[in-house]
Amino acid sequence: MEKRRLTKEEIALCIAREISEGACVNLGIGIPTLVARYLAGEREVMVHSENGIIGMGPPAAPDEVDLDIVDAGKRPVTLVKGAAIIDHATSFALVRGGHLDLAVLGALQVSEHGDIANWRIPGDAVPGVGGAMDLCAGAKRLVVAMTHTDRGGEPKIVAECTYPLTARRKVCTIYTDLAVIDVGPDGLHLREIAPGWTAGELRQLTGAPLHVEEPVPVIALHGGAVS
Amino acid sequence: MINKVVESAMTAVADVRSGSTILVGGFGEAGSPATLLQALIEQGATDLTMVSNNVGYDDYGLAALIARGRVRKMICAFPNYAAGIAFRNRYLAGQIELELVPQGTLVERMRAAGAGLGGFFTPTGAETELSAGKETRVIDGVVQVLERPLKGDYALIRGKVADRWGNLTYWRAQRNFNPIMAMAATTTIAEVSEIVPLGAIDPDVIITPGPFIHRVTVCPRYNPT
Repeated sequence: MEKRRLTKEEIALCIAREISEGACVNLGIGIPTLVARYLAGEREVMVHSENGIIGMGPPAAPDEVDLDIVDAGKRPVTLVKGAAIIDHATSFALVRGGHLDLAVLGALQVSEHGDIANWRIPGDAVPGVGGAMDLCAGAKRLVVAMTHTDRGGEPKIVAECTYPLTARRKVCTIYTDLAVIDVGPDGLHLREIAPGWTAGELRQLTGAPLHVEEPVPVIALHGGAVS
Repeated sequence: MINKVVESAMTAVADVRSGSTILVGGFGEAGSPATLLQALIEQGATDLTMVSNNVGYDDYGLAALIARGRVRKMICAFPNYAAGIAFRNRYLAGQIELELVPQGTLVERMRAAGAGLGGFFTPTGAETELSAGKETRVIDGVVQVLERPLKGDYALIRGKVADRWGNLTYWRAQRNFNPIMAMAATTTIAEVSEIVPLGAIDPDVIITPGPFIHRVTVCPRYNPT
């Protein structure tokens, strides 16, 4: 088996697989945005955007642009059939009130307790938080999509976050380019691993203990178009 | 006869005093009251506290007001993006104060002000540096942070259609913060695309009713280019 890391698209595909018909989901910026590509077709999923859209569709083509229909990153998007527009207070009531089935967010660090740091990069002169803390506090299920290590090769999965926290004990599952890891009350559990990698190699790149049950299933990358 | 229609954006903002707190609707440019902001730049009020999700773009609207040194303090959720250069420059020079508020808390604080509430407890931001120093309480097993109401002297908002009572509709996700800010200010000024005769808006589709609106003026959607 060829040893390799998953592409961003493949990480997105893995997350898309866990989203069930009828779910209301919020997809953050970066890899999470790509998840939408793999939701089309077989399942009906309601995509929420913080600025008051339920039923957000794909990015707008040049001839479809309406500057009052944008996603959380302010890019022009479309509405699907069945879409609803709500005000911001209702939008965040949906988030905090337990009506959002799943939030998929990027992260700088996730701890073995499920703490997440994703709102402030130390050294960034101007801070910004947006809706990250609300989504982390309120979504029924929070999953993270990120690379397993940072640009310097340091683990992003750690015993304790060193970056400013977004929320404590909220992350349920971490999807990286090397593994799918569930966060349990007793720590991290390796669910699946990238093709060609061993649990021992993964431990070297993970900053907290991993519970491993051999044999570890390899992340299946067939059964869904990866473009 | 009730008539909240005023002839121009300049007339609508004429009495804004220096030192005011002003709520500004919009999420990015969607639903931003860009013409009222341009009028405010000409009007001259200074030492302002501005409340908005973002900090404007390039050198127009809210960004232009900030660039001209007219804003003392910014209360917002997301000021760090490339086109927010006016804010960035002032902030790095120590010339503007920032109160960073999670987006859902920002809107709910204004909703609380508009609804006459003394605040609320929210799980958002608990055990993070954004809730440092705030009262917390464990409610139903969850750590929650006390957040206080946020009221404006003025709100500047954008809508689609209005009538002379100030009833308002919105177009798509232009709505965002606008209906909430409309409730939360002493004086709410709306710019809209069209004013129609009383009775022409179906009561079921009015999002913001007249009592929340004090002045309304017709402005084409502001286009900086």
